[in-house]
Amino acid sequence: MSATAEARFAEATQLQLTWWRFRRHKLAVASLFVIALFYLIAIFADFLAATDPHATDARRSFIPPQGIHFFDDSGFNPHVYGLRGVRDPRTFQLTYAPDPARKLPVRLFVRGFTYDLFGLIETDIHLFGVVGGRPGESAFLLGTDQLGRDLFSRLMVATRISLVIGLAGVTLSLFLGVLLGGISGLYGGWVDTLIQRLIELLRSVPTIPLWMGLAAALPRTWSVLQVYFAITLIISLIGWTELARVVRGRFLALREEDFVIAAELSGASQGRIIFRHMLPSFASHIIAATSLALPAMIISETSLSFLGLGLRPPAISWGILLQDAQNIQVLANAPWLLMPAIPVTLIILAFNFFGDGLRDAADPYG
Amino acid sequence: MASVTRQTPMVERVALAIRDLAVQFESEQGVVRALDGVSFDLHAGRTLGIVGESGCGKSVTARSILRLVDRPGRITAGRMLLDPGAEGEVDLAALDPESRRMRGVRGGRIGLIFQEPMTALSVHYTIGNQIIEAVRQHADCSAAEARNRAVDLLRDVGIPRPETRLRAYPFELSGGLRQRVGIAMALAGDPDIVIADEPTTALDVTTQAQILDLLRRLQAEKQIALMLITHDMGVIAEMADEVAVMYLGRIVEFAPVADVFSAPRHPYARALLRAVPSILAAPRQRLSTIGGAVPHPGSRPSGCPFHPRCAEIIGDICRQQIPAPVEPGRAGASCFLTEPGRERAA
Amino acid sequence: MNVLDVQDLKKHFPIRAGILRREIARVRAVDGVSFHIAEGETLALVGESGCGKTTVSRCILRAMPVTSGAIRFAADGGGQVDLARLSKRQMRPLRRHIQMIFQDPYSSLNPRMMVGDIIAEPLKVNGVSAAERRDRVLELLDLVQMPPGARTRFPHAFSGGQRQRVGIARALALNPRLIVADEPVSALDVSVQAQIINLLLDLQDRLGLSMLFVAHDLSVVRHVSDRVAVMYVGRMVEVAPTDALYRAPLHPYTEALLAAVPAPDPMRRGRRQVAQGEVADPAKPPTGCAFHPRCPHAVERCRVERPELRPAAEGRYVSCHRAEELDLVGVR
Repeated sequence: MSATAEARFAEATQLQLTWWRFRRHKLAVASLFVIALFYLIAIFADFLAATDPHATDARRSFIPPQGIHFFDDSGFNPHVYGLRGVRDPRTFQLTYAPDPARKLPVRLFVRGFTYDLFGLIETDIHLFGVVGGRPGESAFLLGTDQLGRDLFSRLMVATRISLVIGLAGVTLSLFLGVLLGGISGLYGGWVDTLIQRLIELLRSVPTIPLWMGLAAALPRTWSVLQVYFAITLIISLIGWTELARVVRGRFLALREEDFVIAAELSGASQGRIIFRHMLPSFASHIIAATSLALPAMIISETSLSFLGLGLRPPAISWGILLQDAQNIQVLANAPWLLMPAIPVTLIILAFNFFGDGLRDAADPYG
Repeated sequence: MASVTRQTPMVERVALAIRDLAVQFESEQGVVRALDGVSFDLHAGRTLGIVGESGCGKSVTARSILRLVDRPGRITAGRMLLDPGAEGEVDLAALDPESRRMRGVRGGRIGLIFQEPMTALSVHYTIGNQIIEAVRQHADCSAAEARNRAVDLLRDVGIPRPETRLRAYPFELSGGLRQRVGIAMALAGDPDIVIADEPTTALDVTTQAQILDLLRRLQAEKQIALMLITHDMGVIAEMADEVAVMYLGRIVEFAPVADVFSAPRHPYARALLRAVPSILAAPRQRLSTIGGAVPHPGSRPSGCPFHPRCAEIIGDICRQQIPAPVEPGRAGASCFLTEPGRERAA
Repeated sequence: MNVLDVQDLKKHFPIRAGILRREIARVRAVDGVSFHIAEGETLALVGESGCGKTTVSRCILRAMPVTSGAIRFAADGGGQVDLARLSKRQMRPLRRHIQMIFQDPYSSLNPRMMVGDIIAEPLKVNGVSAAERRDRVLELLDLVQMPPGARTRFPHAFSGGQRQRVGIARALALNPRLIVADEPVSALDVSVQAQIINLLLDLQDRLGLSMLFVAHDLSVVRHVSDRVAVMYVGRMVEVAPTDALYRAPLHPYTEALLAAVPAPDPMRRGRRQVAQGEVADPAKPPTGCAFHPRCPHAVERCRVERPELRPAAEGRYVSCHRAEELDLVGVR
């Protein structure tokens, strides 16, 4: 080790050391990028959506995914072909065929439906879109569903809702978990026993029926927003137990650590011991546990919505998108509707790899 | 008393000869040379004490002989000859660690006594189960014979009422009794070489004395070649016939025990002896110290690895060149000071 | 004046069983221990595992409640305060006067704090201003022979010996009246151990520290302590000035303990008498004198009557019925 490297190592905080160790897990670093990409999509969902995700149009149902052609005779000129509806002479079903005669130019930063960027700035600029098409025409990168809604745009917006619900659920679990786990680990005795039994009770109830029961109990009259919050609450009700166990375990282990005893012997208050000496020591464990809990949250929301017990249209989430793919006949005709399963799988793998990498990096000996 | 002044040439059979043993650990931070050309002999019926501070490679030596070095460590050079010169000479370094042959050597020819006997014992089985199992692994005998042998072993290591103790679980025993069981386990395959890795470090002082006495008695009875690894100079003085002092993966001095304590050859050995607190000290007596700390084996200094801490450094030669290793079987030091024709710097 | 006066200290741990957690037995970890530490003096508390020395130190630090007895500690303004009677809250303002040096230099320093902050933490907790803290940290680093640049480094950059120096600096930060050192050198390499022993000797000279030195290594104890208290199965068997105790022990257990230490001198090999048997279980100690089953000098009286710690010659205390008749061998 050179002298400067040694000095750098000596003055590195635990956070930096953790980061250096984390960087060695290639898969975890790649996962971090995937997660970042997904949250970027979540933030800029409306901007990325080319077509109003709620706009229905019976004349464009089940359009297959359209490819963008980047070149034509005149050189670089990204475009999609216009579509021509053809009725199948035997089944009378309407299918779409590209019409190479009509090119719809695709351009960046075009105007489309209006939305509020970050919920604040009203704008109608979108990343891309077609210019000069007839009303209802657009570039359908992932095709459309039965009601003629653009799947790509819906997927963007669904990503936002699914990820935010996971994050909100995990935040709530984290709050409950750290609070109850902390009380349990710090005070011990009958409080600890009570909380531990409660955790065991909650964990022994089969999750899906419990959620189904709770979700079915939500009044039908509630608005989308109310349901949204209720669902978050329901899924975090179970999620906190795992975190509480992690926190309690760390508290119990740290209470016996010499450096915590040293702080106690110097006359530090209980609060100072907890917040200055104990919490920083397992912050990274909490982050790791959280990132491992997030996929469960996302899956929960997806499965609930898929079963029709979670969010309901017109809300858009991954589960709701997948709900459209429930029907085998629909699937046979429009297999692209299964597409939303891909981001679900991706993000869940990414969170798991990331959490594993972080856990190893935070506690190389544990 | 008599054993100390015994200065007879080492005529006993060489049971194990280690030659130029090198072990490396490869990690992303670089290559750590845990052992760097170690040579010594183990003689039947004699005790070789290996002494050194943390990171000197004394435990790696033990694990290498038993071929228990785990990845990323590996033996990169050297030979470990069992029964050198005899008809059945085997180079342990050339054997597959997982081979039947090596498994037979482990326990059957070479027994290992651990610092913490619980690492050698399972908490799930009675000590009887475990010793009988160990006996049957190395000898073709009936269950009844193995049981009798286990009782004998426990009696040998001074466990009272061995028949009833067979039914005890390791956690039911005190630390001293557990170490006795650990020794019985090491002897179950009737080995002629025993490696004891800090066998008394975890024990109380009165128990330590009992265990040392036991080891000495067993060695004399069974003519065992004992390799005793310790950091405690007192234990070395009490037990060893010859001493190898290790520093950063090398043997820096090898000599009969009386020599090492009365006239150490290597500056490190000299300094280490002066740094040892003594039960004979005067009130508030200060110790002479060795400056600095043992460097991490991964950042081994150039030249003689001890030179940055050496009080008797003679010049650039120590910084640039590595002194020749100690020749096996002969007393000496790996130091430029001891080379013929060189004077000690004032 | 004495910094610490411990009178008949007892610490019993109940063994409970059943649903009602009824007490079925008690481990008398410390069973009536008395000793004192004078100003500027180092008292070593020695014994084998299970003798109760660690429990005594934890009671003095009030890291655990005391069963009975008094721990009188020199208070502000010249009087004494009985630590055994104080509640956790009442104890807090007194904490700064009793500090601890730990055995394990790795777990005793918070890995997430810089060395400077670790040493300054007791100062900060006790309301010392930032500027004063900075000066004091530099002063303390100098005192334990660490470079001032260590301030901004994290513990992981240092070796075990250097970390132990940091731990000592932290213990000294508040100028405590008493330092409890729990095996402060037993986790260190020989060459580093010598450095820390010398440092402790220097600090004793320069600062006039009063110290309770808990250790099992009788060699280390001989170097650093003024007086030695030997414990066996929860009770004090002998207290004496260091040199006197080593040269001429009065209790057979002390003799056995001294004999068991292997001296770093091969010429002395084989001269020792090894005590037979094992340390008694504090949950069921033998009747009478707890050492009698192992004692080569035991008589009938030792089996039935428990000896009390009583004064013997020149500042020495012993709890052995036969102390006067026996001629025991020490080390010299």
